[in-house]
Amino acid sequence: MTSTFDVPTGTPTPPVRTVASRPSPVAAGLTEAQVEELGRRLDAIRDRVVADRGQRDADYIHSVIRTQRYLEVGGRALLFAGILPPAWVAGTAMLSASKIIENMELGHNIMHGQWDWMRDPKIHSSTWDWDNTSPAEAWKYTHNYEHHTYTNVVGRDRDVGYGILRMSDEQQWRPYYLFNPLWNALLATFFQWGVALHDLEAEKIAAGEKSLRSVWPQLKAIGRKVRRQFTKDYLVFPALAGPFFLPVLTGNATANLVRNLWSHAVIFCGHFPDGAVQFSEEQLDGETRGQWYLRQMLGSANLEGGPLFHLMTGNLSFQIEHHLFPDLPSNRYAEIAPEIRAICAEYGLEYTSGPLWRQYAQVLRTINRLALPPRKGTAPEPTALTPEPAPPLAA
Amino acid sequence: MFKALVALTTPLLPEDYLSLVDPLWSTTELRGRVVGVRRETDRATTLTIRPGRAWTGHRAGQYVRIGVDVAGVRHWRTYSLSGPEGEADLTITVQALPDGLVSRHLVDATPVGSIVRLEQAAGDFVLPSPVPAKLLMVTAGSGITPVMSMLRTLGAHPDVVVLHSAPTAADVIFADELAARPGTVVRHTTEHGRLDLAELDALCPDWRDREAFVCGPAGLLDAAEEHWGEARARLHLERFTPPVRSTGGAGGTVTFGDRDVEVDGGASLLEAGEEAGVLLPSGCRMGICFSCILPLRDGQVRDLRTGEIHGEPGDMVQTCITGATGTARLDLRPAEENR
Ligand SMILES: Cc1cc2nc3c(=O)[nH]c(=O)nc-3n(C[C@H](O)[C@H](O)[C@H](O)COP(=O)(O)OP(=O)(O)OC[C@H]3O[C@@H](n4cnc5c(N)ncnc54)[C@H](O)[C@@H]3O)c2cc1C
Ligand code: FES
Repeated sequence: MTSTFDVPTGTPTPPVRTVASRPSPVAAGLTEAQVEELGRRLDAIRDRVVADRGQRDADYIHSVIRTQRYLEVGGRALLFAGILPPAWVAGTAMLSASKIIENMELGHNIMHGQWDWMRDPKIHSSTWDWDNTSPAEAWKYTHNYEHHTYTNVVGRDRDVGYGILRMSDEQQWRPYYLFNPLWNALLATFFQWGVALHDLEAEKIAAGEKSLRSVWPQLKAIGRKVRRQFTKDYLVFPALAGPFFLPVLTGNATANLVRNLWSHAVIFCGHFPDGAVQFSEEQLDGETRGQWYLRQMLGSANLEGGPLFHLMTGNLSFQIEHHLFPDLPSNRYAEIAPEIRAICAEYGLEYTSGPLWRQYAQVLRTINRLALPPRKGTAPEPTALTPEPAPPLAA
Repeated sequence: MFKALVALTTPLLPEDYLSLVDPLWSTTELRGRVVGVRRETDRATTLTIRPGRAWTGHRAGQYVRIGVDVAGVRHWRTYSLSGPEGEADLTITVQALPDGLVSRHLVDATPVGSIVRLEQAAGDFVLPSPVPAKLLMVTAGSGITPVMSMLRTLGAHPDVVVLHSAPTAADVIFADELAARPGTVVRHTTEHGRLDLAELDALCPDWRDREAFVCGPAGLLDAAEEHWGEARARLHLERFTPPVRSTGGAGGTVTFGDRDVEVDGGASLLEAGEEAGVLLPSGCRMGICFSCILPLRDGQVRDLRTGEIHGEPGDMVQTCITGATGTARLDLRPAEENR
């Protein structure tokens, strides 16, 4: 990796050391001027894609919507014949795929406003609702606002651990975290519930910081969503199948489970594999646009795979690109990824990426490691931050 | 029954699945399918549109707002209905402007089978009832469309004088139908010059006794208002001119609900609104979370990031990255229940 930069200290840009935490993006070895230049280059990429949005993108989202609906209708129809094992397997697979696409490529991305530019009220962040126990409005707040604004800032980004897990060395160890792996398995299994509780800040209620009363309206909203999903998947569709009640019920339950496990895996691989950096609250002070970009870039990790894999992850396999530009149409992330990767290389920044199995294994390892209290004197020593480079010259 | 169906499709609506079969089966969005395309002139095309069941019909002379996707983006424009009252399908006749976004799309790139969004017919450029005994129609260019709806509805009404202008013979929309009507004068303006309303005395000496309908370019309408003067009560005008657009100057007055707020050049609508004490939703304040969107009622706004001026009624505006340019009105949303 060669640097084309004129670093004021005269030394080549050091590569980023993949530690769990560091105090400031400047620690990535860039000068303030370089960080701002990086920001301008990323803005230019954004502007270019925004100006180019058009028919091709509209056709894409329309076709994904159509595909998802056909998959759902087909899957549910097949499950009515679910007494026959091949029909059950095929129906459940189709319904699972439908729920995954509905959750990730549609719900997640549409509620990010990625398709608002089409001005179609049916495909708009302000109107879209998803087949999930987390109400759209609450999710937009915790995800779009909290997570995407304060990405990987321990203490501000509640996606770090979802209020349940210890995902960072910066989180104080408690005996409760001995069960980190168990909590994670439960979270994966009931992921949509985890997300709903996450929106509720349930851990704050448990800690007495928030009253149950104050979250009553939210609880009611979640209750409504839960009731509707339950009625649909566990009552009405099974009942319609009459004597085949059970295969339909188990098929629907399996599809919900598959969707939970899959979305949990993809989402955890977005920020917790080795190489994804976490940040401390101090560095939010006076953060510039360039520094914000840098934080998004260093805090996220990509997954490698083919076009179908990317679709099934809702293009969150391009987590880095998504975090830089959360409102660009998801089908564009694959297109700009090579450019972002090249920019990272140029600035000597880590572009964390790998196959799902490897990234997920790393996530699980971290979860296991963090279950135990930190042992003094052993690597990695998270709070021992890399020395700051020579103070950057004023831009 | 509907509720039971919704239980099957939640969080979507039954129509979201039924649209896979037929997009017209929507109860939340009135839609239409183009079932006929007829070229009228080089620049004008008549579209026959079969509306969804909620369509309540139109009165001769009224217009309809149509939502069309061009390059993936929904645009709304207004077109007069050119067909007679009482027809099940509706027709509009669109004349393409040289650099017109929607008109060119409708004229050149809207094949049979296309789906459009519709609103119910509206407008008071309509025949009084009972229909007056003597009528005068003065039209130019595409201004003939609402009048054609009236003529088609009236059928063989005994006494209608039609004075229509178009640049050349080739530009006359509905030329054959007009030629077949007694009492019709068609003027080719490149050859004979624009109609001067002073000529009315010669072309239609009893024009003061007639209920008059005028539709065409702004110049013609202004001249008519002046010419009729005292007799204005008998004069009906329809303006095709689009709503006034912002000129681009930064800053302006933005109305949030019923509060007027002065917004200066650099400020975002969110900052200025909050400053003035309006309760506004917000989140990241940098354009990424979409917590702050409000629907635009009218006027236009400026994207503070690109400087681009945009806005059509109904657009969703991200107030944290949007500034004012001229006047605009935003609707307030009820406070979010879970903040
Ligand atoms: C009540 C009403 C009824 C109408 N009925 C018809 C009809 O029956 N047939 C028909 O062809 N049109 C009709 N129009 C006009 C139509 O709504 C559009 O304004 C027109 O088609 C241009 O839209 P566009 O998207 O192609 O142009 P845009 O892309 O919006 O504009 C292109 C250029 O043309 C200018 N422009 C836009 N509209 C007009 C206009 N109306 N007059 C002068 N300049 C304009 C713009 O300033 C711009 O420079 C009607 C308008 C109204 C308000
Ligand atoms: S406040 Fe987040 S987009 Fe405007």
